Amino acid sequence: MNLHEYQARDILRRHGIPVPPGEVATTADEARAIAARLAGGEGGGGGPVVVKAQVHAGGRGKAGGVKLAANPAEAAAHAAKILGMTIKGLTVHRVLVAPAADIATESYVGIIVDRTSQRPVLMASAAGGIDIEEVAARTPEKIHRLAVDPRYGLLAHQALGLALQLYRDIAQARAAADIMQRLYAAFYAVGASLAEINPLVTTRDGAVVALDAKIVIDDNELERHPELAALRDTSAEAPSEVAAREAGLTFIKLDGTVGCCVNGAGLAMATMDLVKYYGGEPANFLDIGGSSNPQKVVSALQIISTDASVRAILFNIFGGITRCDDVANGIVQATRQFPLTVPIVIRLTGTNEELAVQILTQAGFSALTDMDEAVKQAVAQAKAA
Amino acid sequence: MSVFIDQQTRLVVQGITGRDGSFHARQMIGYGTKVVAGVTPGKGGQRFDGVVPVFDTVADAVRETQANTSVIYVPAAVAASAIFEAADAGIPLIVCITEGIPVLDMTRVLPYLHEHGARLIGPNCPGLISPGRSKVGIIPGTICRPGRVGIVSRSGTLTYEIVHQLSTQGLGQSTCVGIGGDPLIGTNFVHCLSAFQTDAETDAVVMIGEIGGTDEQQAADFVQQTMTKPVIGFIAGQTAPPGRRMGHAGAIISGSSGTAAEKMAAFARAGIAVMKRPADVVPLLKERL
Repeated sequence: MNLHEYQARDILRRHGIPVPPGEVATTADEARAIAARLAGGEGGGGGPVVVKAQVHAGGRGKAGGVKLAANPAEAAAHAAKILGMTIKGLTVHRVLVAPAADIATESYVGIIVDRTSQRPVLMASAAGGIDIEEVAARTPEKIHRLAVDPRYGLLAHQALGLALQLYRDIAQARAAADIMQRLYAAFYAVGASLAEINPLVTTRDGAVVALDAKIVIDDNELERHPELAALRDTSAEAPSEVAAREAGLTFIKLDGTVGCCVNGAGLAMATMDLVKYYGGEPANFLDIGGSSNPQKVVSALQIISTDASVRAILFNIFGGITRCDDVANGIVQATRQFPLTVPIVIRLTGTNEELAVQILTQAGFSALTDMDEAVKQAVAQAKAA
Repeated sequence: MSVFIDQQTRLVVQGITGRDGSFHARQMIGYGTKVVAGVTPGKGGQRFDGVVPVFDTVADAVRETQANTSVIYVPAAVAASAIFEAADAGIPLIVCITEGIPVLDMTRVLPYLHEHGARLIGPNCPGLISPGRSKVGIIPGTICRPGRVGIVSRSGTLTYEIVHQLSTQGLGQSTCVGIGGDPLIGTNFVHCLSAFQTDAETDAVVMIGEIGGTDEQQAADFVQQTMTKPVIGFIAGQTAPPGRRMGHAGAIISGSSGTAAEKMAAFARAGIAVMKRPADVVPLLKERL
């Protein structure tokens, strides 16, 4: 689950990392009030502020979602423009208003779990800022990496060694090392799969400060972190994906015309690939999971049916734990509740296959047992529609 | 011979009285697996289905029944703890079926397993089956046939699809291993390929990978340098959009090294026959056996 910048900044602040003040606004008036408050507070004297779009997309600055404002009136004007704008398909509902920092240098610090070393890896670079991905691609030697032994955590000398790659000044290096250790602690405390500070800046007066933060929480951690699960912003996600998650399904919308409903992620991907192999385009990835609950099948059909670009629906079920008769019952229930407007091709094999075929036949559906044959038929029907 | 499990496997089921654990314990017993013990804290002294002794701890189960393999069906929140417990009790082979274990839990589990000399298969995997001999996990026994093809896969139902293709067209399996779809797993492709290479009863191997990570590329290097047996490979997720998570926590394309195209190219360079679709498995194997 992605967090917004303002949510990530709160987490860093709670872990003792220096983060500039800043508040979230949902209207231009709120932005004006925050800018006035910030200008009158720390630093005082009506200083400039930055207004930043809060969306789950990179490249906000380049898209015009980050603007500098000289005074509260200008902050309100920028907020009015940014609120409601679309960045990479996502509508901006909130802006962060923060004092404009007086930046001397920009670095990057991030932590991810590396699959090969099977450890959390701390990455640091003196070339921070908006082009860090380009730095990583073109000059990977500028990114310093350290695989941390999770039994002992990020040790002080390791953090200082990395920090000295960023700053010559020992006071700044010590400050950055402290931030790295705190970031590592935060990474484990919130169950992150990514935590990064970009940029980590030094200000003109020499302070080291986390200016922007990005944290992605491992979805598997949300059950034991209800306080983090509550941070989810469903307005920042596609409605069909929100509905799927609430129904216990994994769903990703794609651009094609063959709606796919499959049990198991690997088989779901292989089914999409086979649709493409036979000349069609999958409309979605949908995994109904391992359990066999007819209600899940009803929800799945509901979600696929609401996609106007779907021209044919394909079921591909290999029964193991999932019982084919449960899936068949789900299909029958769903189509009674809301009759389908597009053709459906059903492939079922495995546990209770015979029973499933009987249920489907009685309800007027036909069922196939061969995956290739089913995919071919679904592609042909999608094209004919 | 088979890999990892055989008739000597003495299995303890962690979570044997739970919904999934009880269902699959019966399935495994029905298949002929020697299920010697179950573990559910607080239910020690009971007997599962009147037969299998239940213990409060894995250590008790090992002491009383000489269990040498564990299978875990407990909920995700306590699954890492169950793996620690099995390793601590001296179990050398631990199979974790549970899905949804936080990745950071696994960063602590894996070094502990290394220190204890234990092998973990999974988590988030269907387990393994040596047809006609033993089954540990959830792979349906009915779709398998004894034979000489080894299978290693990151997937569950896609593995069943491919096993089904083999069995219905006369090719049996020596062992099928589901290594799991998570980013951090205990046993990878290379470990399994190495075991199949030395297994006298395996003639060829089918490897089923998917997008995300670089395990398949490392497996391709291993095949090229070490293996003499034919290997057939499949990669799921050729149509997956970059940067999106496809259900398996591991199936996320990050950077350029995790795409299906890149993995298929690595397979081809290493002399692995690449399946374009599941139905290609039998013709490709028959050409090479």
